[in-house]
Amino acid sequence: MSSEHPTEGNEALFEAENLTLVYGDTPAFEGVSLSIPAGEITALVGPSGCGKTSFLMSLNRLSDLVPNCRVTGSLRLGGQDILSSEVDLIALRRRVGMIFQKPNAFPFSIRKNLTFPLQEHGVRDRDKLATLVEASLRDVGLWDEIKDRLDAPALSLSGGQQQRLCLARALALKPEVLLLDEPCSALDPLSSGVVEDLIVSLRGRYTIVIVTHNLAQARRVADQVAVFWVQGGAGRLIESGSVGQVFEDPQDELTRSYVTGQRG
Amino acid sequence: MDSLARSQRGEKLAQVVMWSSAALVSAVFLWMLSDLVTNGLGRVSWEFLTSSPSDSGRAGGIGPIVVSTLLIVSVAMVVAIPIGVGTAVYLAEFTSTESLLGRLVRRSLDVLAGVPSIVFGLFGSAFFCKTLGLGFSILSGGLTLACMVLPILIRSVEVGFREIPDHYRLSAAALGLSRTSTLLHLLLPAAAPGLAVGLVLGIGRAAAETAALIFTSGYVDRTPESVLDSGRALSVHIFDLSMNVPGGTPNAYAAALVLLGLLLLINGAASGLAHRWLGRNIATL
Amino acid sequence: MSRFRVDEGLLWSLRGVAFLAGTIVVFVVAFVGWEASAALRSVGLSRFVTDPSWYPSEGLYSVLPMLVGTVLVTAGAVLTATPLGIMAAIFCNHYAPAFVARPYRRMIELMSGIPSVVYGFWGLVTLVPLIAQVEPPGTSLLAGIMILTVMILPTVTLFADSSIGRVSEEYTRGAAALGLTRWATVCHVVLPAARPGIVAGVFLATARAIGETMAVLMVCGNVVKTPGSLFDPVRTLTANIALEMAYAMGDHRSALFVTGLVLFLLIVALVWGAELAGEGRARG
Ligand SMILES: Nc1ncnc2c1ncn2[C@@H]1O[C@H](COP(=O)(O)OP(=O)(O)OP(=O)(O)O)[C@@H](O)[C@H]1O
Ligand SMILES: [Mg+2]
Repeated sequence: MSSEHPTEGNEALFEAENLTLVYGDTPAFEGVSLSIPAGEITALVGPSGCGKTSFLMSLNRLSDLVPNCRVTGSLRLGGQDILSSEVDLIALRRRVGMIFQKPNAFPFSIRKNLTFPLQEHGVRDRDKLATLVEASLRDVGLWDEIKDRLDAPALSLSGGQQQRLCLARALALKPEVLLLDEPCSALDPLSSGVVEDLIVSLRGRYTIVIVTHNLAQARRVADQVAVFWVQGGAGRLIESGSVGQVFEDPQDELTRSYVTGQRG
Repeated sequence: MDSLARSQRGEKLAQVVMWSSAALVSAVFLWMLSDLVTNGLGRVSWEFLTSSPSDSGRAGGIGPIVVSTLLIVSVAMVVAIPIGVGTAVYLAEFTSTESLLGRLVRRSLDVLAGVPSIVFGLFGSAFFCKTLGLGFSILSGGLTLACMVLPILIRSVEVGFREIPDHYRLSAAALGLSRTSTLLHLLLPAAAPGLAVGLVLGIGRAAAETAALIFTSGYVDRTPESVLDSGRALSVHIFDLSMNVPGGTPNAYAAALVLLGLLLLINGAASGLAHRWLGRNIATL
Repeated sequence: MSRFRVDEGLLWSLRGVAFLAGTIVVFVVAFVGWEASAALRSVGLSRFVTDPSWYPSEGLYSVLPMLVGTVLVTAGAVLTATPLGIMAAIFCNHYAPAFVARPYRRMIELMSGIPSVVYGFWGLVTLVPLIAQVEPPGTSLLAGIMILTVMILPTVTLFADSSIGRVSEEYTRGAAALGLTRWATVCHVVLPAARPGIVAGVFLATARAIGETMAVLMVCGNVVKTPGSLFDPVRTLTANIALEMAYAMGDHRSALFVTGLVLFLLIVALVWGAELAGEGRARG
């Protein structure tokens, strides 16, 4: 495959080799080999249905929750095989946070949305909780907006605020990796801009994998890009590399027409 | 033949038949309701609800019978709720449609839902009264009813869980929450509508039941001292007054009105909750 | 790792509880069957139909009169309630304006929750005297059929209603575009499409009618004799159990459990039938 590009600088955090995910008998993606460098932002792009979401869900084994879903091949996180049945899923998912396309705050108060997962992970001290709540809300720029109504229901926030709350909720657990599945596509342009800036500001502190349909956004925020495409009934990785390389000098014909807006 | 005119005549006729059959059904319902109200309301009072029956129930009130009914229903629900909710959680959250245990449990609950109450009565009398040695008692009656209300309870609670959008489960898992705490803190509160509907419907079923109680909790119309005493349920009281006590009809009217009012309230609540929260009616749940 | 153990523990206890719930029906069959076995051994299955009559004190155990009673009361009620219920459902979906259909549905739903003893009582004090004016004694097959009709009507109506409600929207517009009248649309388009759901409802209503005890017990007169007319009293299988369990002993008691077992098998067959019909609904 022509898409094996060595990553410069940072070493790989995730290493997928010949990774395949099937729902029952139908593969969502097949034979994907990709390394995701630590501390950088990797964008996954490609037309609808090419398996981007499925790929993200295999990175934190959320695919385990889908009945009949099986992942094969090899997938390593910092050298550790995370497809093995021995893996502590709770610890894995704490290390690898995820944000979904639609904001999905729990039907609790804003505060409880943040404290509940923390308490479940063993943080009991009230002062510590309060500090963490404030810090993670500041991280996502939400603190000043909502510090006076922490006990209001989270679902009363606007879509953009809810999405940032979800981000804060994930950040509060101090993950190493953030998986973002089209985090801006359900938001209005203004909130979308805010969330995008936020993602850029997290660069370096977290390893970020972001799925987006917005090529301009991928270009703005990402360091690395991976292009998925449906070929022969299953999603495949057709090209990956640095943003500059994929957008300026794509090796693959499909990639070229996709990034120039002729297909996809 | 003018086929257009004929089909229009047919349409007219259909309209008349539809409206009159609907009117007939409503008339029967209103007839029954008004009959019970006009003949029963005069006797229903606080005094009636709290005093003891005398002269085999021809005079006096239904105090001890209300107490027994409440106890029987409470025993039934206390036993049925943990089993019902646990089973519903298992079926909704922990089994795929292919799992063997899930399929067997579902199938057997479908059959259980159809078992006639008199057969539950036979079972209760053989198992709880005789084999377990509980005799004619509120406990026997309550346990029999617990078996009886289990299917409807499980079905409503399961519907409640299935109505919860999947993203709750996904995002909880993505935060590294255990299934236990996801269940306790997130899913259980979110399934509250189904729980409420199931609870109310179960109470309604239990309170309405007669046949399963005649030979499990018995006829004794004194206030029970414990759940091991026999106690007469309100429905059994109505049956006894109207069939076995000449001159018992006036008080039977009053007792029937109380039971009817109670059940209309309970089922009205269940139906309101089910429509508002689950988007379905309680009979086809 | 310990949190995994909590999850495992939860899963196993839920499995246990679900298993318990699933075995109740087995318990019911086992205990009713165990109690029935004595009579099946000493009386034998064939005498339950070949004996001249039901006289347990004389050792005669024919359940035929009661079986006939159950069949007649059930058939009469189902045959009356089915057309009425279907019409009520069509009424809700195609003839009634929304402000009538909504309370009407709610009323039917409430009717489905009224205790059978209340129906029976009302039948006893209202219907039976009316029938007695035509032909005494009043407690009769006819009274049983009327009360049971009212009791199972909500089941038929609500199942038909939800089934008709599901199909009508997609089809009625197409039929209206073809210039069909409302009645023709209902007859030729809606009802065939809604049939599986309606049939499932009728099966369940039949099961409910067969199993109903209190209402028929109170209005049917309970004479063990095959009725010659609608005005004759009858005794059903369920009423027979309710009447005699209180004092039955030995083989007599056991024979009542045999009839309970028969009821159970009838119901299982009907639930199964409803399920098959319902599967048609899911596919159709
Ligand atoms: N739970 C599921 N069960 C069965 N098939 C599924 C499931 N989820 C997704 N699929 C299928 O797997 C394929 C890949 O889906 P996926 O959601 O991963 O694509 P995607 O690239 O994220 O698409 P989009 O850009 O529209 O979000 C699709 O064909 C989809 O229909
Ligand atoms: Mg997707």
